[in-house]
Amino acid sequence: MGNQIVNGRDASASPSKNADRDRLEFGNAWAYAPSLESTDHIRIPARHELFIGGKWQAPKSGVYFDSTSPSTDEKLSEFAEANAEDVDLAVQAARTAYDKYWGKMRGSERAKYIFRIARAIQEKTRELAIIESMDGGKPIKESRDVDMPLSAAHYFYHAGWADKLEYAFQGRKARPLGVAAQIIPWNFPFLMAAWKIAPALACGNTVVLKPAETTPLSAMWLAKIFEEIELPPGVVNIVTGAGATGEALARHPGVNKVAFTGSTDVGKKIQALLAGTKKRLTLELGGKAANIIFADAAIDQAIEGIIGGIYFNQGHVCCAGSRLLVEESIHDLVVDKLRDRIATIRIGNPLDKNTDIGAINSRKQLDKITRLADAGERDGATRFATKCDLPAKGNWFPPTFFTGVSQSSVIAREEIFGPVLAVMTFRTPEEALEKANNTMYGLSAGVWTDKGAKSLWMSQRLNAGVIWSNTYNKFDPSAPFGGFKESGFGREGGRQGLRGYVEID
Amino acid sequence: MEVGKAVKRVIDRVSAAEWQPPKGRLPVGKTYKMFVGGAFIRSESGRTFQVSAIADVSLADPATVNVPLGSRKDVRDAVLIAKNAQPAWWGRSAYNRGQILYRLAEVMEARREELTQSLVRGGADKTAQSEVDSAIERTVYYAGFCDKVAALLTTQSPTGGPHFTFSVAEPMGVVGIVAPPQPALLGLVSSVLPVIAGGNTCVAIASESDPRTSVLFCECLATSDLPAGVVNVLTGQAADLGVQLAKHRDVAGIDLWSDSNELRMQVERDGAESVKRVTTHDTMPTERWIDSAVGQGLGWVERFVETKTVWHPVGL
Amino acid sequence: MNLSVRVDQVSLEERASALATRSLKKASKVFGLRLAVSMMDLTTLEGKDTDGKVEALCYKAMLPSPRDRTVGHCAAVCVYPNLVSVAKRTLRDSGVLAASVATAFPSGQSPLDVKLHDVRRAVEFGADEIDMVIDRGAMLSGDYAKVFDEIAAVKQACGAAHLKVILETGELGSYDVVRRASDIAMSAGGDFIKTSTGKVQPAATPAVTLLMLHAIADHYRKTGKRVGMKPAGGVRTAKQALQYLVLVKETLGDAWLSPNLFRFGASALLNDVLMQLEKERTGLYPSIDDFSKD
Repeated sequence: MGNQIVNGRDASASPSKNADRDRLEFGNAWAYAPSLESTDHIRIPARHELFIGGKWQAPKSGVYFDSTSPSTDEKLSEFAEANAEDVDLAVQAARTAYDKYWGKMRGSERAKYIFRIARAIQEKTRELAIIESMDGGKPIKESRDVDMPLSAAHYFYHAGWADKLEYAFQGRKARPLGVAAQIIPWNFPFLMAAWKIAPALACGNTVVLKPAETTPLSAMWLAKIFEEIELPPGVVNIVTGAGATGEALARHPGVNKVAFTGSTDVGKKIQALLAGTKKRLTLELGGKAANIIFADAAIDQAIEGIIGGIYFNQGHVCCAGSRLLVEESIHDLVVDKLRDRIATIRIGNPLDKNTDIGAINSRKQLDKITRLADAGERDGATRFATKCDLPAKGNWFPPTFFTGVSQSSVIAREEIFGPVLAVMTFRTPEEALEKANNTMYGLSAGVWTDKGAKSLWMSQRLNAGVIWSNTYNKFDPSAPFGGFKESGFGREGGRQGLRGYVEID
Repeated sequence: MEVGKAVKRVIDRVSAAEWQPPKGRLPVGKTYKMFVGGAFIRSESGRTFQVSAIADVSLADPATVNVPLGSRKDVRDAVLIAKNAQPAWWGRSAYNRGQILYRLAEVMEARREELTQSLVRGGADKTAQSEVDSAIERTVYYAGFCDKVAALLTTQSPTGGPHFTFSVAEPMGVVGIVAPPQPALLGLVSSVLPVIAGGNTCVAIASESDPRTSVLFCECLATSDLPAGVVNVLTGQAADLGVQLAKHRDVAGIDLWSDSNELRMQVERDGAESVKRVTTHDTMPTERWIDSAVGQGLGWVERFVETKTVWHPVGL
Repeated sequence: MNLSVRVDQVSLEERASALATRSLKKASKVFGLRLAVSMMDLTTLEGKDTDGKVEALCYKAMLPSPRDRTVGHCAAVCVYPNLVSVAKRTLRDSGVLAASVATAFPSGQSPLDVKLHDVRRAVEFGADEIDMVIDRGAMLSGDYAKVFDEIAAVKQACGAAHLKVILETGELGSYDVVRRASDIAMSAGGDFIKTSTGKVQPAATPAVTLLMLHAIADHYRKTGKRVGMKPAGGVRTAKQALQYLVLVKETLGDAWLSPNLFRFGASALLNDVLMQLEKERTGLYPSIDDFSKD
């Protein structure tokens, strides 16, 4: 599958001027047989309640909603929809836990609880990866090799801070904030929970977490882990639901801190909602990152960086390198190589170990990607995509890139949050910089050059919270992550990430 | 303490008339060996010294056992092994080193009772339990420190002009440790862990008065995921082996805990020949070691790291 | 010829490891393993080689799997020049080629005329393929013209015989230099580029092979000429062999999935591949003693 490239407009056109170049053929001389991760040991309960005060509680709302698998359209389970009353119970439980024990507990004791969480995740990593792929559509190799190990690492890392906060804020005393309301997105459900929960707990806060409504399943497994490791009741509470639940949580007067990861639109609403409340806020929002390729870069490795930068997790990544800025002298070569490279990308069943791109998370998101890609074509750009046999059911979008994209085109400006790359050119470093910074976002950027001084020159001038040089989409709990400008404020990870969860004298 | 002398005879010798067979079965004793390169070895000298129990405990060993008397050549071999193990240990990710130390804490927790009994046998008595608990907590503490050290010791220097200048902490290499006689477990744990958390490897000389508990700790090390050669523990005379460490040119730093002015002086003097980073300390009561404000911290790691400053141009 | 193509080690090795996670099951595994057998250059390059040893190897190459004769023959038998005639005589018209190392293998530290004579004699003895070594000293001291000229001269001396150019990547120090050597070898007329003599560690690795495949792809894009690839030394298990084939499939595509354009230089690999094939065929784990040790 996925071995021919078609041009959206004219199947015979070449992406570059070198139409007569000899093409590599990526056919089916040797096809990979399906290699499915076994799911027969996974038991998903038909219904999930709310996890409040260490107990599973039916929602006061009496309402449940379905979560379906985006790769099969099958219903996986139903989840309680928390209303304001449920949210209130959760906040109360978190408050009680904070006041009675968690807020006062010695850091070294908190640390040991968090270490236990990390260990339990390591032990269950395969099972967690499977349900994450079933619920969210991401390829098993990513949930298995990225989401779960990184999640465990985040708990490990922050466990280590719990008894060392005096070093994180030297000479100043750090105190927890109280109850943290944490609202997380659907692109990395389990990992985003880790990014939020681990620092909050390490600093002595208690938590009410609201997972995204399309991907609540792994959060339920996380709650089971909390039960298993005997985390004191109420330290982490999990309320499921959609936007209204999130809003009720952010609004709740008993909340001391709101941490949100999601779209810039919603982030702005939350920020406005919190005006005048003295609640602390951190936001990790959208992005439209420039991935800048200089002619002196290691090109074949840069190609991998471009591919990983945009197609990782179906492009559902806030820091995705969705704008490719290529030095004009190597544009044709890069495009040729990209074309060859995407021919080998395998799209399909997320549970197949050889799948590179899984299912688009929801129908709604698929529609948005489709609409924006079509708009790109209307704006005059040329589309290239792998022609692959997509499964009959589920939400799919082939890996796609556009050439001839103007800086003003919608696909160069709006966050698509899908496997769609806009290719543009530049002539000088100054021009690359100007184009890269010409956006309301500022989450991340990539710079590819063999010249160290140039890489640092660019890094100093790019308005983005994370700069990847000769690499892309690298994450580590010890490395702070977060945005400039409308990509949000506050950092997650590293010493800096703790700052969002403490008051310091 | 004089080597070869029993500290105290717990079990009085009895006459044939009085002797009773042991209740149940006769326990199997243990051969105590030094821990070098991930293996338990005897001294190349073939010599041992005797260690006797101070209190009667339920552990299997007889009250008096023979422990290897480490020699100059044992020090030489152990230093070489530590030196060869160091690049790979530092080459692991900080996260991985932390995971390994956490695993060590898990293994120690599982042997908590045995470690406590062993300390009691060695004379620690009332403080034994809290010493062991503190040793486990300390191991967890350093497990969580491996990947924080860089964040706390790295600096960026605003040198101005077109340069990006930063300084990072790097390990020194092989560190020689002479653990205090007491507390036999916590003294060793507290001095070894910060050294390896910083990316060094070490050769430690175990408590001379209670080497048995040190060997038990080595058994924990051996069953954790710690790579061979990262921690090497020799038993024998601290005064002799400490000086051998100080005279070895491949040893980059020395941490010496001793009340002997003479020994401290000699190690400092011998260490000067290869410009070793030598720190010497008087011993402390166990309560002080247990106190986390005294017995652990970034300063313990910082003693055995080097600062490396890197300048890089910024330009096109 | 662009001699300044850069390679980034970290990213290259990441990609090689990522491709190593491809999961090959059932039919695709069997297909891959059979393909691997057909690509093998069974090799013996020892001072103690004798006619008997080489004959045994030739029989193995012609009929690797007597239990399952649907498994085809290997690609070639690779020996020192003195044993080429033995190989040729044994292999006859089996389809298995006789390959010879030459050019003062493995060090290459002899005068050019001696190296060329070495090549001509091997061809006279009947070698279908010549595996030469480049002058690593010249490569590392920056005398690229010398490296190029020697390869070109050897190519000429080969006549109709195919030329495989051994870069000895384990001695070149960095991926940048391996890339440069690959480009020189292809431009100078090499039909194959090959990682190693097998006498130096590290020999073939997935990362160095991947980078050489990238060089081959670029050469093809520029010239339309398909150059072959031969990792040698270090490929010992069926699993590793499949991982190399995945690199080929996903970097160069279908055309290179053929013994004409891809070879394994190996001695211990064949039996492990045969064992896995036998396991797939019978469903039972065979013993290593079920296979002849030659």
